[in-house]
Amino acid sequence: MAFQSEQHAKAYWREHLRIMFALSLVWFAVSFGCGIVLVDWLNAFRLGGYKLGFWFAQQGSIYTFVILIFVYARQMGKLDRKYGVHDDE
Amino acid sequence: MMSELQALTYWVVGASFALYIGIALWARAGTTQEFYVAGGGVHPIANGMATAADWMSAASFISMAGLIAFMGYGGSVFLMGWTGGFVLLAMFLAPYLRKFGKFTVPEFIGERYYSRTARIVAVVCLIICSVTYVIGQMKGVGVAFSRFLEVDYDIGLYAGMGIVFVYAVLGGMKGITYTQIAQYCVLIFAFTVPAVFISLNLTGNPIPQLGLGSTLAGSNTYLLDKLDLIVQDLGFAEYTTQARLSTLNMFAYTLSLMIGTAGLPHVIIRFFTVPKVSDARKSAGWALVFIAILYTTAPAVSGMARLNLIDTLQGKDGGGLVYEERPGWFKKWETTGLLEFSDKNDDGRVHYSADPERNEMVKVDQDIMVLANPEIARLPNWVIALVAAGGLAAALSTAAGLLLAIASAISHDLLKGVFAPGISEKQELLASRVAMAVAIAFAGYLGLNPPDFAAGTVALAFGLAASSIFPALMMGIFSRRVNKEGAIAGMVAGIGVTLFYVFQHKGIMFIADTAFLGSMPENWFLGIEPNAFGAVGALVNFVVAFAVSRFTAEPPASVQILVEHIRVPKGVQAAADH
Repeated sequence: MAFQSEQHAKAYWREHLRIMFALSLVWFAVSFGCGIVLVDWLNAFRLGGYKLGFWFAQQGSIYTFVILIFVYARQMGKLDRKYGVHDDE
Repeated sequence: MMSELQALTYWVVGASFALYIGIALWARAGTTQEFYVAGGGVHPIANGMATAADWMSAASFISMAGLIAFMGYGGSVFLMGWTGGFVLLAMFLAPYLRKFGKFTVPEFIGERYYSRTARIVAVVCLIICSVTYVIGQMKGVGVAFSRFLEVDYDIGLYAGMGIVFVYAVLGGMKGITYTQIAQYCVLIFAFTVPAVFISLNLTGNPIPQLGLGSTLAGSNTYLLDKLDLIVQDLGFAEYTTQARLSTLNMFAYTLSLMIGTAGLPHVIIRFFTVPKVSDARKSAGWALVFIAILYTTAPAVSGMARLNLIDTLQGKDGGGLVYEERPGWFKKWETTGLLEFSDKNDDGRVHYSADPERNEMVKVDQDIMVLANPEIARLPNWVIALVAAGGLAAALSTAAGLLLAIASAISHDLLKGVFAPGISEKQELLASRVAMAVAIAFAGYLGLNPPDFAAGTVALAFGLAASSIFPALMMGIFSRRVNKEGAIAGMVAGIGVTLFYVFQHKGIMFIADTAFLGSMPENWFLGIEPNAFGAVGALVNFVVAFAVSRFTAEPPASVQILVEHIRVPKGVQAAADH
């Protein structure tokens, strides 16, 4: 086992899931939230020539997805180091 | 006599093919590890680029922008669905499967669910979704050849098969990876250059993503406002708010495409090629960067091309284009059948309208939006030639990735895993090459004789990947409790429900007469269209798998240790040791 103790392993996985949950919320909010469910409401606002809801559906959600994955990779890297289970030998 | 454009197109396409073959000769595979996962040493950025080419198919390159041009806001389901899936892939599957460190997706399912049956079920799911997907690519190759190089569809298809044969059979994943990187460069250049020119023409802003939100050059009107106005004048729905059926349907469609994307085996196996778990995470991010370049440009192309098209069709005085004065691209695409005009009121002018009684543009194929885009915008010939090479690159790169997924499932999962476990590595390498050659021949055959159901197949591939492969993989990683019985029952139920729903509305194997419920919104479950049903299938899979697992024995201790093991990045070298 890579961990010092059973507790460590459990704590690692709990934090791991917490990061994933938080990021999944953002993933859901920008696409299904802003891009679909709230689209009509957001369309009352504008971003240049874009109606805001439309912008989220065709541009904003995609940019957010890209950022999300890099944030995920960084956060997980930090977590792995904290528990000494990083894959850098 | 060949026209200048045609000669240029031959030259550009020929040069790109020479490049792919050159790479193939340089990147030959010597071991099964090189053949299946390119030796596991691909840099995350390089893998990201290869994944982007692997992922973006003829449909993304040629059809998507056109689809969105006619669907307006409703087309967002493709944009969000086909990119959001990478977030799922990055967070829920790729890093853990990389840690597992084997060659194929069914191999993971077989070991995690300690069952040969589960592995075979996974192979069947994989082959169905990859084969249906590859037919579309082969057709894309044939169509691109016949439209741009004016050679026979069949000859185009043979040429495409020949190229894929050289680099996929020789190089396996290694050859495919490096050609995909080259193909990405070709296709992204070919897609963005016309978009930049068009954005510059229309709005004065060279960045299409910004151009779509800008004012039209020389006026204070925003491009999208103008577009909304003129499509409504013609009787179409407002571009920026035109939803795809209902909110629930858009929700389900987007979710199905996301889950399906994350569950497509040919994309997943690309993440087996990077050295470490942390690389798999980063690599998914890079893949999405490279994909996002095209996916954020596409909606700009859609809006602008729709505007340009309507502008042209309305003619200089706004009273309809005089048919005799139609531009060259109009004539050219009329001969291919993608554009069709019928002068219903015999006034020699084109009347374009949403009203089928009055509309005289009887056919405006969605593909025209990307294919004719450079000509509509009067871009130089080399740009048009580039679009041909780009379309071919998109189709070939995806075809190769799919063929590898099929070949490795046959040689590694079926042959080595089930029927002949005793074969040596040399024999397996040979077998995988033979499997690849057979897969290419089979895909080519299906491209030449597309079965009736070919049109609906790409949507089916997503539905199947979403309802079978993704849930099985995810539960395998995040639940220790889901067992062999649960996983098999879940996969079968998920696929069963999805297939049943698609077939009942679209006909068994897509033969229309056999549909026992017409495909119309009144007959749809909660108004969800068949293409959007994968998400429901996935839900069924999860529920059935958990329920069945609850009432059957829990997985053996060794499997629980395996699950613990893949959740932690450290120690990936040991896992990769075969």
